[in-house]
Amino acid sequence: MAKKEHVENFRHLKLDWSDRAIRGFTYVFVTLFAVACIIPFWLIISSSFSSESAIRRTGFALWPREFSLRSYQLILQSPDLLIGSYIVTILMTVIGTAVGLFVISMTGYALQRKDFFIRNKISFFIYFTSLFTAGLVPFYYVIVKIYGLKDNYLAVLLPLLMNPWLIILMKNFVKAIPHEITESGKIDGAGDFTIFYKLIMPSMTPALATIGLFIALGYWNEWYFSSLFLTTIVKYRPLQYHLYNIINTVASLKNSVASSNVVIEDLPTETLKMATAVLATGPIIFVYPFVQKYFVAGLTVGSVKG
Amino acid sequence: MTNNFEYGILNTEKTFTKYEVIGLARTYLNNRTTVADPLPANINKPTLGKKLRRNKTLIFMCLPAILFFIAFSYVPMPYSYIAFTKFNYIKGIFGSPFVGFKNFAFLFRSGQLLLLLRNTVLYNLAFILLGNFLQITFAILLNEVQSKAFKKTTQSMMFLPYFISPVLVSLLVYNMINYDYGFLSALIRSWGGTMPKLYSTASAWPFIIILVNLWQTTGYGTVIYFAAITSIDESMLEAARVDGANGFQRIRFILLPCLKPTVIILLLFAMGGIIRGNFGLFYNLVGNNSVLFNTTDIIETYVYRALMNNFNFSQGSAVGLFQSVVGFGIVMVANTVVRHIEPDYSLF
Repeated sequence: MAKKEHVENFRHLKLDWSDRAIRGFTYVFVTLFAVACIIPFWLIISSSFSSESAIRRTGFALWPREFSLRSYQLILQSPDLLIGSYIVTILMTVIGTAVGLFVISMTGYALQRKDFFIRNKISFFIYFTSLFTAGLVPFYYVIVKIYGLKDNYLAVLLPLLMNPWLIILMKNFVKAIPHEITESGKIDGAGDFTIFYKLIMPSMTPALATIGLFIALGYWNEWYFSSLFLTTIVKYRPLQYHLYNIINTVASLKNSVASSNVVIEDLPTETLKMATAVLATGPIIFVYPFVQKYFVAGLTVGSVKG
Repeated sequence: MTNNFEYGILNTEKTFTKYEVIGLARTYLNNRTTVADPLPANINKPTLGKKLRRNKTLIFMCLPAILFFIAFSYVPMPYSYIAFTKFNYIKGIFGSPFVGFKNFAFLFRSGQLLLLLRNTVLYNLAFILLGNFLQITFAILLNEVQSKAFKKTTQSMMFLPYFISPVLVSLLVYNMINYDYGFLSALIRSWGGTMPKLYSTASAWPFIIILVNLWQTTGYGTVIYFAAITSIDESMLEAARVDGANGFQRIRFILLPCLKPTVIILLLFAMGGIIRGNFGLFYNLVGNNSVLFNTTDIIETYVYRALMNNFNFSQGSAVGLFQSVVGFGIVMVANTVVRHIEPDYSLF
């Protein structure tokens, strides 16, 4: 660490014209791009607090022209759908992440054990599914016709449990744990599962955090499988699919404020969409600063060596 | 005899487990005075049953995952047969008449398949080339900055778009560019210009989609390249500085060459996925707005609409199967090339 400190100081002392040029360019260019990355989010928040009439007159703006909470009031007057969506999403995220994480880490551990004689065959069996897929239509047919999971939350919950990439990522994480831990467990007479559960699991919390977050993000942002398998008879949809319907169908928009007795022409359609977006995405933006570093860790382990 | 023993242990590729080594040693000790033959072949090789028994728990630990991939990936594969039938939902797959390659021939002759292929590949090329260019640029620039706070803050801001669902992305875009109330429309109008009606202008969408993709993935890729840069030996850069290399020269002659292997590998893998599209992005941005299909329809969106809107299972699965087979071939080629350049990085 001390050496690094020295190097940094050294760097600091000898700034020539080229350093200054690059640095100046970086500050301007990177700042501009970074701001461009978050402005759209700000626009959504700002417009959700605008009055509908101001938006119809002058369009979306960086500051709410006429501050109004009407769209939030409308949503919260009949919060039934939104709360239902929240419960569905949270349940799916919690159950899916717990089950997925357990299975993935168990598999990842087994597949990196050098004395597991068919580990390469199983790895390939799993990996092959990302090289060659049946495609959407056969997948849909099997889920709906063979497994009979149409309008069943399982059709959304199950496919998101794991994917080959996460298993490989986990395998690479576990590889970094010293093999001696497994050996010492064996000498003490522990079985493979006990070694995994009692010795390995506790020593890989960063890996569990990273991969758990990847799975959880998948569930939180889920709209795709819902759009395939949950038709209109399912009342409570995962949040992002709920948002999808609010954005894309007027009927859903009406339903979302059903009990508030508003005339359809009076519906603040634009601000309602924005307010729903804020309410549906809020939590993930809120926890983002705290979990970001785990994603970064995952990316740097898993990206290059696939 | 000693030679035979050594031959058995040292000159095979196989790694021996503890038990096998003990077994070998015991055999050697028992036989050293009497037997002059090479070791019997079956001593190195426990029977399959023995191996299964020894790895029983590990196999059970893999079982849930194996069952998962069987249920959701392998079971659907034979149903690709739909692509070769004139599918009738009521009669089921195997009651529907077999038509051979007719579905493929139709898609090919109508030009549909080529259009989809063109759009998918061109979009991916743009995403890959422009994306990597931007990501590498940002990573190198960030590395030149001293302030930790600046690096951290900007990386966090740039990484944020990666975390949101394509549903929200579509709303963000709508919020920006829709003709009536969009932020940009309002801005342009306030400057006295006129905003084109983008949601009915097909030619504008390649730019919009590429921009949105770059917006969403640049931060993510920058993090990867930034990690690759920080693993470069700092002393090389310092030595160059002492020798009088300026900032641009250090980037040109040290950073870029050091990054080259990573870049090549990542590019090759990206190329492996060149005919797989980002369904969520395209479908949410364009949806069922058929005015834009000519420039925005990719394989995934076509298949999805064939399935969910038109109930045309046969053509949907024909396009899907075509994509899978060609995609598989491309991945294999990419992997072979990677193995040639850098065996450690190849997938298998």
